[in-house]
Amino acid sequence: MELWFTEKHTENVTFSIKVDRQLYCGRSDFQRIDIFESKEFGRFLTLDGYMMLTEKDEFIYHEMIVHVPMAVHPAVKRVLVIGGGDGGAVRELVRYPSIEQIDLVEIDRQVVDVCRKYLPQTASRLDDPRVTIYYEDGLKFVRTRENVYDLIIVDSTDPFGPGEGLFTKEFYGNCYKALTAEGLMVNQQESPFYPVDAIAMQRAHKRIVDSFPISRVYQAHIPTYPSGHWLFGFASKKYHPVTDFNDSKWETLGLKTKYYNTKIHIGAFALPNYVKNLLEEVEPD
Amino acid sequence: MKELSQERAPVLEALNRYKSMRVVPFDVPGHKRGKGNRELTDFLGERCLTVDVNSMKPLDNLCHPVSVIKEAEELAAEAFGARHAFFMVNGTTSAVQSMVMSACKRGDKIIMPRNVHRSAINALILSGASPVYVNPGVHTDLGISLGMSLGDVKQAIIENPDAKAILINNPTYYGICSNLKAITELVHKHHMLVLVDEAHGTHFYFGRNLPPSAMSVGADMAAVSMHKSGGSLTQSSLLLINNDVSEGYVRQIINLTQTTSGSYLLISSLDISRRNLALRGDEIFQGVADMAAYAREEVNHIGGYYAFSRELVNGNTICDFDVTKLSIHTLDIGLAGIEVYDLLRDEYDIQIEFGDIGNILAYLSIGDRKLDLERLVSALSEIKRRYAKDKTGMLSQEYIKPQIILAPAEAFYAESESLPLEQSVGRVCSEFVMCYPPGIPILAPGEKITAEILEYIQYAKAKGSFLTGTQDSLVNQIRTIKER
Repeated sequence: MELWFTEKHTENVTFSIKVDRQLYCGRSDFQRIDIFESKEFGRFLTLDGYMMLTEKDEFIYHEMIVHVPMAVHPAVKRVLVIGGGDGGAVRELVRYPSIEQIDLVEIDRQVVDVCRKYLPQTASRLDDPRVTIYYEDGLKFVRTRENVYDLIIVDSTDPFGPGEGLFTKEFYGNCYKALTAEGLMVNQQESPFYPVDAIAMQRAHKRIVDSFPISRVYQAHIPTYPSGHWLFGFASKKYHPVTDFNDSKWETLGLKTKYYNTKIHIGAFALPNYVKNLLEEVEPD
Repeated sequence: MKELSQERAPVLEALNRYKSMRVVPFDVPGHKRGKGNRELTDFLGERCLTVDVNSMKPLDNLCHPVSVIKEAEELAAEAFGARHAFFMVNGTTSAVQSMVMSACKRGDKIIMPRNVHRSAINALILSGASPVYVNPGVHTDLGISLGMSLGDVKQAIIENPDAKAILINNPTYYGICSNLKAITELVHKHHMLVLVDEAHGTHFYFGRNLPPSAMSVGADMAAVSMHKSGGSLTQSSLLLINNDVSEGYVRQIINLTQTTSGSYLLISSLDISRRNLALRGDEIFQGVADMAAYAREEVNHIGGYYAFSRELVNGNTICDFDVTKLSIHTLDIGLAGIEVYDLLRDEYDIQIEFGDIGNILAYLSIGDRKLDLERLVSALSEIKRRYAKDKTGMLSQEYIKPQIILAPAEAFYAESESLPLEQSVGRVCSEFVMCYPPGIPILAPGEKITAEILEYIQYAKAKGSFLTGTQDSLVNQIRTIKER
């Protein structure tokens, strides 16, 4: 007998992982939640059948979505994480002693509960005293905050289903409002490779460019996401991700990372020409 | 044959039977279950095209129902508490026109508020009846036109004892209700018919704690847009009759203008939607009312906007309010409703029902999700943050009392000439001018063009309202009655 998890990356491309056993299957008010155990990737979480993270490669995503902005902003005290109920982003954030407050807004309590039980690798630091979890719609939460956060991390699912409100112009605008005058926002921004993902990526970029004075895109290689080529958005009111980046200051923190380093930081903002073209298409002249 | 009950959907069942018979079609429509028009079938889907069929014995005939459509209409009548229900496939427009034309002949008078939909005044052109307008009044702060007060209706009846009928909006586009019960009783005492435009009131028949429906208070006829809150396909509608109104005569009137090729897509959608409402309407509309209440609270929390509700009720011109409506006053953030409407679509990919000078209306239904409401509220919050300005110089909507010189039919068919708008002051117009939506005429045929009305038209145009009704598609020219 062979048991395989398969996700359609496009109508014509599938991605499969051989599954050892299924650890959890449930349906929340928002989505179907599954946890599988596999030989190659360890445990992995899927929502509505879409890969969210595997134990083997989640470090790439979580390090890149946290350390890049943390190495640019000189004094992050208050952080808002939207989505990210798996706890991976929080795990990286709590490594910074300068951070005083981390608010995690996850719409689906069941995701947090399931990750706590089955994915301690990412969820283990959710009990850090600086962390407060709000089980709310991220769009609604951010609407009610003004001039509060130094950093907002948008760790959303794809722009269809419960995460779709987190790819909208009203959401980015409200994030802008919720940030302090020097605040910045990073978001997972889909892949440039397959056309359906690329369109979502362009739409997000266009809306962020409309909302923030500085908007750049950086990349990472995440084997279990469609095409493996993944983008993040970096939007900021004041700091430029490369020219305001202080590599020696970050080095002095002495954080051990598996993917991120200060050379990667610079390099990640160097994009392939086809990606640059996609972004320029939606930027104002 | 199974007993007829609200669990049944006779037209749906007949279509399913018909499909399983695999009948070879040598009749219209010529696409032959989609096979003759691949592109259309690919677009709409094969299941859709296979039931786009012609009237035939097993499927009955909309013009003269004797079997399954008759049964479906009986079930609809039962569900809505009417004596009979007609399935309509030319829109609620044709239901309103059929009501008016059933009640009034050439030269007859009909009492109505001026804020009726264009379809009602069009019915006057078709029938040759004359309107007696009751001033619906305007809410001074919100600038929305209201319901008719009982006193004004009484006055209109005393002045026009020969009127044949009254037409009442239940509710208005914004959700405002007149005192339908008291007006119906009063009008019946004077032996006139009560016709009710319930284009926005389907849910009144099924939801709890909603304003009363026309049939429940004993009105004679009602035009009900099933395709709005009822969930059926666009253009499908119901005409309900009650009391002594003759079913046969009304059917003749309907058949004067309604297609003889009634679409089974529309007819079956009425049948299926009626069943859904009868079985689950109560819970469905409770859900919609809850969502609307939540959204109102959130919108009012933003500040600057005013999402209004039952607190407006004054017992007279606002006798009740439809709490499923999400109507929002925008003038206090310095933006016209139409400007907010355009920003929502152009900047935030959110399409709402309409915006006028001072308000917007977001149409909520069972198809809505909480997370989409969050988008709407957040976008409104952003619009305020980014675009709010001083509100001085913003025009509020006022009721401009029409000066009726000629009956609509007479004016419409009179010899006319085209004039630039600005040169038309003092003339009598022979066509409509309205913003669409909502389609309530600013000018109707036979009314005098005044400087005040022109100012309003120019302002609405400048703010980006979509003006329509005139022969000139740009609404720069207006047809006026030739003066000798």
